[in-house]
Amino acid sequence: MKLSRLMTSVAIATGLFANAAAADDMRIALVVKALGIGFFEAAAKGAEEAAEELGDVEIIYTGPTDTTAEGQIEVINSLIAQRVDAIAISANDTDALVPTLKKAMQRGITVISWDSGVAEDGRMAHLNPSSNELIGNMIIKLAADELPDGGEVAVLSATTTSTNQNIWIEEMTKVLPDYPGIEVVGTVYGDDLADKSYREATGLMQSYPELDAIIAPTSVGIVAAAQAVVDAGKVGEVNVTGLGLPSEMAGAIESGASKSFAIWNPIDLGYSATMMAHFLAANADAEVGEGTVIPIGRMGEVTLDETGAAAMADPFVYDESNIDDFKDIF
Amino acid sequence: MSASLTSLLKSREAILVAVIALVMVLISTRFPGFVALSNLVSVFNDTSPLILLALGQMVVILTRCIDLSVAANLALTGMVCAMLNVAYPDLPIVVSLVLAVFLGGVMGAFNGILVWKLGIPPIVVTLGTMTIYRGIIFLLSDGSWVNSHEMSAHFTGFPRQVILGLPVLSWIAIVMAGVMVLVMTRTALGRSFYAVGGNPHAAVYTGIDVGKTQFIAFVISGMLAGLAGYLWIARYAVAYVDIAGGFELDVVAACVIGGISIAGGLGTVGGAVLGALFLGVIKNALPVIDVSPFWQLAISGAAIILAVTFNTRADRTKGRVILKSAEQAQ
Repeated sequence: MKLSRLMTSVAIATGLFANAAAADDMRIALVVKALGIGFFEAAAKGAEEAAEELGDVEIIYTGPTDTTAEGQIEVINSLIAQRVDAIAISANDTDALVPTLKKAMQRGITVISWDSGVAEDGRMAHLNPSSNELIGNMIIKLAADELPDGGEVAVLSATTTSTNQNIWIEEMTKVLPDYPGIEVVGTVYGDDLADKSYREATGLMQSYPELDAIIAPTSVGIVAAAQAVVDAGKVGEVNVTGLGLPSEMAGAIESGASKSFAIWNPIDLGYSATMMAHFLAANADAEVGEGTVIPIGRMGEVTLDETGAAAMADPFVYDESNIDDFKDIF
Repeated sequence: MSASLTSLLKSREAILVAVIALVMVLISTRFPGFVALSNLVSVFNDTSPLILLALGQMVVILTRCIDLSVAANLALTGMVCAMLNVAYPDLPIVVSLVLAVFLGGVMGAFNGILVWKLGIPPIVVTLGTMTIYRGIIFLLSDGSWVNSHEMSAHFTGFPRQVILGLPVLSWIAIVMAGVMVLVMTRTALGRSFYAVGGNPHAAVYTGIDVGKTQFIAFVISGMLAGLAGYLWIARYAVAYVDIAGGFELDVVAACVIGGISIAGGLGTVGGAVLGALFLGVIKNALPVIDVSPFWQLAISGAAIILAVTFNTRADRTKGRVILKSAEQAQ
């Protein structure tokens, strides 16, 4: 504990000296849930990219060593002491960080949250990686793109009560008329258990011999469904798609059981969060609220909704062309 | 008395076979493909891990204990095998198998020692070790997954190899069931399991060490769980903290359905295998007979309750018979 404190203060001291060298740079702190997680390391890469593009920005990539709110509070306090210009945080707790972040805002620091949000009081804006509408559309689009002549698709979800999956499937059903010829023949639930998902996927292929695609908007389900397709010898007949992580899906892409799948791109997310923090810090006098339009560089622009949150973009599509670049990242 | 007991059990197994046959007929009216030979082979294969665990659980329950840590044991052994495979991809399968059985045995022995030497109730011991073993997986893996593309082809291919029409996974279950039949009916150890559960006091007078017998039962259960651990990981080609979550309840349910008395001393290998097959048929049939997922849990639960009701009723009848014959003797 003492050692880590000491390390923190050394880090702060180093930061201060570095700062002295480039006094006019805007310093944006990218605070993550914990250091050493591939997803956030990738986000930091995106933040550096944004900093390079903006020119006068210095990124301080930091976070606690374990995913606790206490650890993040300590980190934020030290950032306040360093008088950074902006903090962009992926929070370990929605409410616990609010008082500390309020303090930061009172000292004139721009605070935004990204990925995992903070309650409205504790930040000026929040950046979601995507939105339910975009995700719902993406999962059916992924299946439909491989089926130019239409076909039968089935959904393999998590549990019957999983809020996220249910909303995404609902959004998917809404946009279904945009994809003529695509018929959703059934929805089954694998309960996010590998063995049950595998069994349900096998059952789908038996019940619907003409099945063309399985959409699994859950990371356990998509992997299990891909394995079931391989074991049933239906690679090429049944395409498994949905939401998954590149590291977990690399095998399925390699075997051909899955042609493509989607998930947010952490590099884009880190990039956009930095752009957003930079814009708000640079326009500190402007009022931020519903309808505020924020440009986020190469990702276009986002508009804040009534809760001060915005959705970055469509989930990013991974296929055999880019899977190798991402499978070791997250 | 022993003759009537065996005939009762024999008839119970016959009833279970009849029930399974009836269920399959009912399923085939809704989905004829279910009773195709190839599908029955895949149902048996899918049930094989459950059979392995049920065999071990049967021995433990016979000695008036219960082992709730089997699923966690399976998951931990599987994770160790998977991580070892990632580190040394060329390691022969024999090493993985021996390691899995050994590691599972060690975890079983830990349960057994606590029950034997410290006299802690088995349900408490294994409830504790269940959590401990899951926790160790988390420590080992840092919560990350071992994915299919990281495992070597022969590691995941072994349980899938087909010999004489059946996959290796099924053969292992069949061989282990055969071995357990021999152990339970042809060895002193096998008889002592029944003696310890049937009447521990009488067992002590015949020179059987009750604690030690229970210890051995836990070791056997652990070894089978370990073996199933490697097979599970290889079959689903993915290892993470939560695999086989809640599976211990399926295992206990399989034993109870198979007529293994939770009060100890009653039950056969055939019963355990049939109980597992019954659950396996139900689990594989539910996805294809187009039953609402909301009903599936209720149906599985109802099957278990029915089986237990049947068991307790059977036990009660047995009690009456003894009383009557005692009256007649007077």
